[in-house]
Amino acid sequence: MIYREAGQFKTSYAKDQALFSIPMDKNFVLSIIALAIFIVPLLANEYWLGSILIPVLILSIAAIGLNILTGYAGQLSLGSGAFMAAGAYMAYKVATNLTFLPVPIAILAGGLSAAFAGIVFGIPSLRIKGFYLAVATLASQFFLIWLFTHVDWFVNYSISGVPSIADYKLFVDFGPLVTGAKASVEARYLFVLGFAILLALAARNMARGNIGRSWMAIRDMDIAAEIMGIRPLKAKLSAFAISSFYCGIAGALWAFCYINNVEQGAYDINRSFQILFMVIIGGLGSILGSFLGAAFIFLLPLFLSNFLPVIFDIIGDIFGYRPSIDIISHIELMIFGGLIIFFLIVEPHGLARLWQIGKEKLRRWPFPY
Amino acid sequence: MELLQSIFIMPFIEIFESPYFFLEVLIGGLMSGVMYSLVALGFVLIFKASGVFNFSQGVMVLFAALNFAGLIDYGLPIWLAGIITIIIMIALAFVIERVVLRPLVNQEHIILFMATIGIAYFLEGFGEMIWGGGIRPLNVGIPDDVWFFGDTMIQQSEVFAAVIAAFLVIVLVLFFRYTRTGLALRAVADDHQAALSIGVPLNHIWIVVWSVAGFVALVAGIMWGSKLGVQFSLSILALKALPVLILGGFTSIPGAIIGGLIIGAGEKIAEVYWGSVFGGAIEEWFAYILALAFLFFRPQGLFGEKIIERV
Repeated sequence: MIYREAGQFKTSYAKDQALFSIPMDKNFVLSIIALAIFIVPLLANEYWLGSILIPVLILSIAAIGLNILTGYAGQLSLGSGAFMAAGAYMAYKVATNLTFLPVPIAILAGGLSAAFAGIVFGIPSLRIKGFYLAVATLASQFFLIWLFTHVDWFVNYSISGVPSIADYKLFVDFGPLVTGAKASVEARYLFVLGFAILLALAARNMARGNIGRSWMAIRDMDIAAEIMGIRPLKAKLSAFAISSFYCGIAGALWAFCYINNVEQGAYDINRSFQILFMVIIGGLGSILGSFLGAAFIFLLPLFLSNFLPVIFDIIGDIFGYRPSIDIISHIELMIFGGLIIFFLIVEPHGLARLWQIGKEKLRRWPFPY
Repeated sequence: MELLQSIFIMPFIEIFESPYFFLEVLIGGLMSGVMYSLVALGFVLIFKASGVFNFSQGVMVLFAALNFAGLIDYGLPIWLAGIITIIIMIALAFVIERVVLRPLVNQEHIILFMATIGIAYFLEGFGEMIWGGGIRPLNVGIPDDVWFFGDTMIQQSEVFAAVIAAFLVIVLVLFFRYTRTGLALRAVADDHQAALSIGVPLNHIWIVVWSVAGFVALVAGIMWGSKLGVQFSLSILALKALPVLILGGFTSIPGAIIGGLIIGAGEKIAEVYWGSVFGGAIEEWFAYILALAFLFFRPQGLFGEKIIERV
């Protein structure tokens, strides 16, 4: 009985409806946040912060975004990469042309333009659903990427088409550098972390509120929801808008704090699939799952590409056969695909479900049931 | 104003000035549409019979073509390579049914969809591990000359593809119509549970349908492979076939063909006459926008089953 809900009485509705109504949950989340803010930057080295934690956090934001759309509102989307691109390109445009605005505002502006794009491409969801909608969202993927590569205005007529991000301070003239190549990795990490925490809490808040409940009603059965008085137009388009807002911010952060340039290759269809994998493997309709899924899907290929050559070296020493790098990369792909199928079979509800099972166990501990 | 003119007036003037060229573009588009249909057919077969949106169809095309081309490179005659590849595709259907579909039975559609993406990764790695990632030219004696009708030039290979596609569709329709297995397939497509309850073995049906999809993938792979060479980009064909699919409807075989024709012709005409106005390469997204426009009026595609929903 390490973890329990029993015996924790509430004396007001406000307490009952709190974001984390059980003190244990609350303390746990707060300590994780404190750990991420204060301890991690001290302990982690540059590689871990810059090449693992920052992208994982950014992808988590995108995964939360897609989770809002697919997990909460039940609208399957394959266009998250494009909405990330919309955020990145517009944030770049705002940051370079409206230089008096601090960079967080530019990134928010990127998110807002992505939200606008999301509303436009979400309109078909009012007529079509399921896989028809999923394929229709691919239209946004191909159209937006084409738009950003073919219209020079978005990249300020840069010749290479891949403009790099300047070094911006947090508030125009003062504060630490938070973007670009010169910014310290700790500053960039904390900047991204701030966005991730705020957006995750906001998502959690929305999910339990009026809007989140209308999303879930639409997800469970849209006709029934409509009869109950939930407007599909409002619910579906708001889900698309907010989801794309999250994706847009993730895309902007990806450009500003991780790869330091705006490159369309980072937002192609594979990115959309990657984020969908994160949501599914993490667990549909779970904020925590989005973080777990993002970490898992991002780290798995890294792990495989570091781990497999070692394995093959050992095998090579024994059998005298060493596969080429080419073959190893193919095997990596095979194992990745195989593991995805394996995870779907073993736990179709994702990593968040495992977390829940863990909680159950703690609740009963030390008894088996 | 100039922009409007170049969108709404100039292309039509061009069309009227050289109708032969327009005909050439149109026929070329229709023929390449047939090629898309070949890929879309595989999707339809599997979706109809098992409700699985099989994203790996594109990679199955690549995989079948890789095996076929690889075996031919080993010096096997074409017919033997074809038979062996068909056997490989049937074995693949067995494995997929056993390892992926059966454990995931009754899961939500999206989970099965993700599983097929997993299959796609796996097959891509597997095929390229065995046969290498380079481009393999494939020559099975498809004529590559041109015919002239008046001033209109027609690629013989494209006509050949159209004939093959027509033949394939006729065979499939006959198979669905007049064989016992076909009847069972239609029963499953209609209602899984009802089919199960009257004793249709669902697992066998899945194997059959994935094998047939594998065969269609082989045909598509041979056609595309002789056109472009067998290479990784064949798997991206799936993305080209998707708008065909939503345009024609996920559950209709004729829909896949007609959808392919519309998409192919629309795409080519748009690229030739309107592409330069928009800065080129509009082929990438035009098919999707075109399909979306159709979906606004018919949400289940042109030939899809009418969606009836009850609370």
